[in-house]
Amino acid sequence: MASQNLQSVPAELSPEEQEREAAGQAYFDRIISEDSRIEPRDWMPAAYRKTLLRQISQHAHSEIIGMQPEANWITRAPSLKRKSILMAKVQDEAGHGLYLYSAAETLGQSRDQMMEDLIAGKARYSSIFNYPTISWADMGAIGWLVDGAAICNQVPLCRASYGPYGRAMVRICKEESFHQRQGFEILLELSNGTPAQKQMAQDAVNRWYAPSLMMFGPPDDDSPNSKQSMAWNIKRFSNDELRSRFVGMMVEQVRVLGLTLPDKDIRFNEETKKWEHGPLDWNEFKEVLAGRGPCNSQRVERRREAHESGAWVREAAVAYARKQAQKENAA
Amino acid sequence: MTNTNDTDFAIDGHGDISVGVHGAGASGDGSASATRITPGNALRPEDIALEIQRGQVKPTEDVAEFALRIGDDGLILAQRLGYWISRAPELEEDIALGNIALDQLGHARSFLTYAGAAWGKSEDDLAYFRREHEFRSAHLFEQPNGDFAATIARQFIVSFYQYQLYTQLMESTDATIAAISAKAVKEVDYHRDHSAQWVLRLAGGTDESRARIIQGFKLVWPYVEELFEDDELTTRLAAAGVTVQPSSLRTEFDRLTGDIMAEAELEIPGVPQSLGGGRRGKHSEFLGYILAEMQVLAREHPGASW
Repeated sequence: MASQNLQSVPAELSPEEQEREAAGQAYFDRIISEDSRIEPRDWMPAAYRKTLLRQISQHAHSEIIGMQPEANWITRAPSLKRKSILMAKVQDEAGHGLYLYSAAETLGQSRDQMMEDLIAGKARYSSIFNYPTISWADMGAIGWLVDGAAICNQVPLCRASYGPYGRAMVRICKEESFHQRQGFEILLELSNGTPAQKQMAQDAVNRWYAPSLMMFGPPDDDSPNSKQSMAWNIKRFSNDELRSRFVGMMVEQVRVLGLTLPDKDIRFNEETKKWEHGPLDWNEFKEVLAGRGPCNSQRVERRREAHESGAWVREAAVAYARKQAQKENAA
Repeated sequence: MTNTNDTDFAIDGHGDISVGVHGAGASGDGSASATRITPGNALRPEDIALEIQRGQVKPTEDVAEFALRIGDDGLILAQRLGYWISRAPELEEDIALGNIALDQLGHARSFLTYAGAAWGKSEDDLAYFRREHEFRSAHLFEQPNGDFAATIARQFIVSFYQYQLYTQLMESTDATIAAISAKAVKEVDYHRDHSAQWVLRLAGGTDESRARIIQGFKLVWPYVEELFEDDELTTRLAAAGVTVQPSSLRTEFDRLTGDIMAEAELEIPGVPQSLGGGRRGKHSEFLGYILAEMQVLAREHPGASW
């Protein structure tokens, strides 16, 4: 197995420990080959643990940072019904962050540590949240395109080989499907509204289309980690495969919306039976990833501010719990 | 758990998905929510709008004025609380404060929808196209969030007040007011629990948290008395059995909040009570900014639907 290439058994292990390691590896390999699930107490290769921890924590961070561009419109939502739906959606994202941090914690890292890494700029999150939400229609485009792309990415993750991750994804995907529907509905309403509303919708789709396609990650020939993740049954389809399926879905749906995708090169390749799209600006992707997007520093700063100005509240809760426990022990 | 379904891409329409794992969400009732009332029993603003449309309900002018007051309370508070989402001290509080904001907004939508029926206006007409002096919320609801302690102090007063009010309104002779209140009271009960627990934690936590909750209460306590003021409208409505006099809610409010304050070893702040006037459209400087932000987009596109 590919995983064995990354395994090196340190020489100082006792024969007993070596035996345990070998048995663990054998169990792990069997579980993966049966396409079954690894659970937190199971033996797992260090590299598998590390890969998952990175992926799940990045995913959690994306949910938490992703709250910001949408929270930006809660106070200005143009109807009370929309305000209510948007609030519920952003609240769902906090919930997704919680499940995912919990899943990541089963791999041995605390939520506090992950939060520290995010604030320190050491951890990544989905690059798309570094773009600004400048109009109400962005709430529609994010739901339809960004959540739509997330669903394409995440539905296969419900079958990820790591149990806690897969199970968290099941619940998340159900909610994401509502999110996408509400995004679609916002755009549909705008598209059938006044000319100014329709223009607002088209403008938002134009701006979010390419970044949402880039959410699937770099092209397959430039995605070094994908192969190993697929061997471990974490990832099920390649970046380009998922991107192509997503484009196919959007092509259908944009017609219903009465809008257009800003890509003249979309076509269905009859030979490969795959959807193809025009060239994407991977240079921009890398720039934003490297911290040079329009909102990178703003997003991390908001998280830092919230976390640090809330420190006294968390300390109070801990101190109170300790005092209560002491009282109970004394009684 | 092994996988039994290969349909990774059972995505059709615009977002229906199969997640490919049977027994999904088996960890509990996926729709369970601390503040959700059993579906089917829940009264939604849309249901009220439908009843209005069919001519089944119409409030009197007095009842509409009254619904406007409590609807505006919820709306302005939801607008304030919504700000915390993505800024709370921990993720659990992003969710909790978001939930409370959603509940308040839900009550507001129902009350405003009902109120609007008296004047042929929708909830959105009332929320987005009235000016400051036309709002009927009390001053407490427009007070700034401040720090987390100030928000909790405000919420503590609000939720104990609303709990008393909605409990009484469940007996209202106006069936719609009674129905909205029956739903709201269950949600506000959770808000009471949430804020009371935080009052205890902050008061009994660290020196800093204690100092902050004391300061938080000082900031919001001047706006308590306004909540319990009677006036001509409440006198007429109390006589008709639509509501009770606000002043009659005070004893129980004092007793229940007093119990928590005593347990937290906090004094009721000895601060002068503000004159209020919100019920007559006299507001603080804060409301104008709240409305400016809330209404800006809707007013850019008058007549548009969203």
